[in-house]
Amino acid sequence: MSTTELHVHNPVEDLLRQDRIPTIWCPGCGIGTTVNSFAHALLGQDIDLKKTAIVSGIGCSGRVSGYMNLDSFHTTHGRAIPFATGLKLANPELNVIVYSGDGDLTSIGGNHLLHAARRNMDLMVVCVNNMIYAMTGGQAAATTPGAANSTTTPYGAFEPELNIPQIVDAAGACFVARWTAFHVMQLERTMAKALKKKGFRFIEILSPCPTYFQRKNNMGDGLAAMVDYKKRSKIKNGCPTWETVLEPGGEIIVGEFVDREREDYLTRMRRQLGSNYTEFPPQMEEHESEGCSKEC
Amino acid sequence: MHADQRCVLTGTHFINGDAACCEGALAAGARFAAGYPITPSTEIVERFAARAPKVGGLFIQMEDELASSIAIQGMVWAGQKSFTVTSGPGYSLMMEHIGLAAISETPCVFVDVQRGGPSTGLPTLPAQGDMMQARFGSHGDYVTIALCPNSPQECFDLAVKSFNLAEQYRVPVMFMMDECVGHMTEKVVIPKADDIALFPRRHASKPPGEFTLFEPGPDLVPEMAHAGEGYKVYVTGLTHDKRGYPVLNADAQRELITRLFEKIRRASDELTMVEAEGLEDADVVVVSYGITSRVAQRAIQMARDKGLKVGKLRLICVWPFPEKLIRELASKVKALVMPELNMGQVVLELERCAGGQCQVISVPHPGGTVHKPAEILEAIERGAR
Amino acid sequence: MPKGSVAITTERCKGCGFCVEFCPTHVLELSSAFNAKGYHPPHMINAEKCSGCNLCGMYCPDFAIFGYRNPVDKPQKGTHS
Repeated sequence: MSTTELHVHNPVEDLLRQDRIPTIWCPGCGIGTTVNSFAHALLGQDIDLKKTAIVSGIGCSGRVSGYMNLDSFHTTHGRAIPFATGLKLANPELNVIVYSGDGDLTSIGGNHLLHAARRNMDLMVVCVNNMIYAMTGGQAAATTPGAANSTTTPYGAFEPELNIPQIVDAAGACFVARWTAFHVMQLERTMAKALKKKGFRFIEILSPCPTYFQRKNNMGDGLAAMVDYKKRSKIKNGCPTWETVLEPGGEIIVGEFVDREREDYLTRMRRQLGSNYTEFPPQMEEHESEGCSKEC
Repeated sequence: MHADQRCVLTGTHFINGDAACCEGALAAGARFAAGYPITPSTEIVERFAARAPKVGGLFIQMEDELASSIAIQGMVWAGQKSFTVTSGPGYSLMMEHIGLAAISETPCVFVDVQRGGPSTGLPTLPAQGDMMQARFGSHGDYVTIALCPNSPQECFDLAVKSFNLAEQYRVPVMFMMDECVGHMTEKVVIPKADDIALFPRRHASKPPGEFTLFEPGPDLVPEMAHAGEGYKVYVTGLTHDKRGYPVLNADAQRELITRLFEKIRRASDELTMVEAEGLEDADVVVVSYGITSRVAQRAIQMARDKGLKVGKLRLICVWPFPEKLIRELASKVKALVMPELNMGQVVLELERCAGGQCQVISVPHPGGTVHKPAEILEAIERGAR
Repeated sequence: MPKGSVAITTERCKGCGFCVEFCPTHVLELSSAFNAKGYHPPHMINAEKCSGCNLCGMYCPDFAIFGYRNPVDKPQKGTHS
């Protein structure tokens, strides 16, 4: 069945920790699909992979960092962005990508999302939105649309869903886009573009959760969700983000919504500090390696 | 201000404990800090924010303490030394990331300038109510090191020490100041940079490909590689194997957690840091730490004036607790007296280590001010009877 | 010779069917056979139509399939089929 006559090689594999595959993701989950777009976007760029770090929080999508053959940081629930902020500030040479889920980034980590966007911290944030807390067994999320069922909303949710692009836009992100796991090629192009941009870049990706979201709402399997995305999606590049609300059963507005130039945190810091800033002196190497004296 | 390239403010100064702590961090090589304003700790990072950019550093005020306490860990994995500073309520918020630093063996320093609690409590007044939290605050089993300064001079000296211990053992170090020590202004002598020994980062001695991120060294402490160096590190808060890969079973848990405990247990003699005086023939020993030790000093003098044989034992490093020393001491004295600005926290550990060999007298205080010497004297007299 | 082909690592497959559904030339089908984990991995039913576009690879969430272009035999055309 497999082709052996040629030394063919899937380039994505170079970016994966082979010894960690297969992934923990369910059959029909779309997270792995988004990883393909991400890997191709990374490979297609003139990016030093040695200087590229990926940071995740907790959840199904939080496992992405650990499958990527990059510097991988799997942090605490909701706090991938502040960890990534520290990483970037202390070594501005790093390309820092945050890859996590909707619950992680917008609910428990919502405050960090707002403030990293406000600071225009030079981070690329990928938010895989499966509209539910999947790792913990299908509880309602801030992104669970309308009256959808979940294990904690057996009578449907009583609260409206978050329109993530709108809040990230309002907070000041310089790049905001949304695709679904169906839009693999568009997603790759958008990610490639975002990788090259400086400042806070945010990409939301709708992704099927057949085990919980689809099942709890009689929406079929992962494939049915992908077909549904294909049917319901409407590409509207430049669409004002207040129009990108995900109405249950309605149009899924996708595309690149925001792409603006704004000075990022570190650039602004350097500019404002002027002569008050001294370049990093070499530190760690400088220290005497004799250990600690009793007096210190 | 004049400072050399290492940013050491050599000379004699008249500054408060918060300022001295900031100078200690800079002298220790910390160039990065993250924090969120909270009384009575904020002066430390206010000073740091002004000083750090001149030596290529940076203070970032994060949106909350959760963010601050993890941003510093990002800074450390990027190759820098880093710390955060807080007090009571903020310290509570940082607990989760103390656990992360413990399991991921991230060397960093958490400064807690203690104030009265619980909750918002007494924002501008002293307490020592976070001592058990410093040891057990985060969930799960882990070990930390906690140091307690009792003067601005020690705020400098022990701040440097905190960073050194963090690097040496790769643990989060709790620098447990209190409002009194933080806001007290005294003479602080800062030595020359060359006279301040620093423990260097235990950087990977092998190249990428040959290096295993959590392979323990002879002292059970692994070497560290940073992001951007080609090691493709994998750091997780999950229970992990030597590669850093998550392994979620009892065997992996046993291996990791016992090593985290054992690396500190093995160092317990080195980590016994006390100031002792008059223990040889003492009937009663006053065991104290932080600001309370200064009131205890007065009480001890008053008791000696009355002819009592009283010794002084000041814990500079409270966690790990100097178990062996206390056990030996308890076998020789009538009583151990422990005043502390809480309703009796570290005294529980004192009691445990004394193991019934002598009387252990707690002198609790809910905080807001320090003890009156007479309160401690009364306890000494009770113990001497 | 078709323009492209696919390589399948059957043991990684979880049988989601993304590759089958979104193959633009309908090259694939889920096989009736099982892999070790009990999933039905895809196989080629219209191999001659494969363009090697790798859309299957882009969709595969489990890194179990990818498409590639066959090398074009430029100088000796028509020597064998």
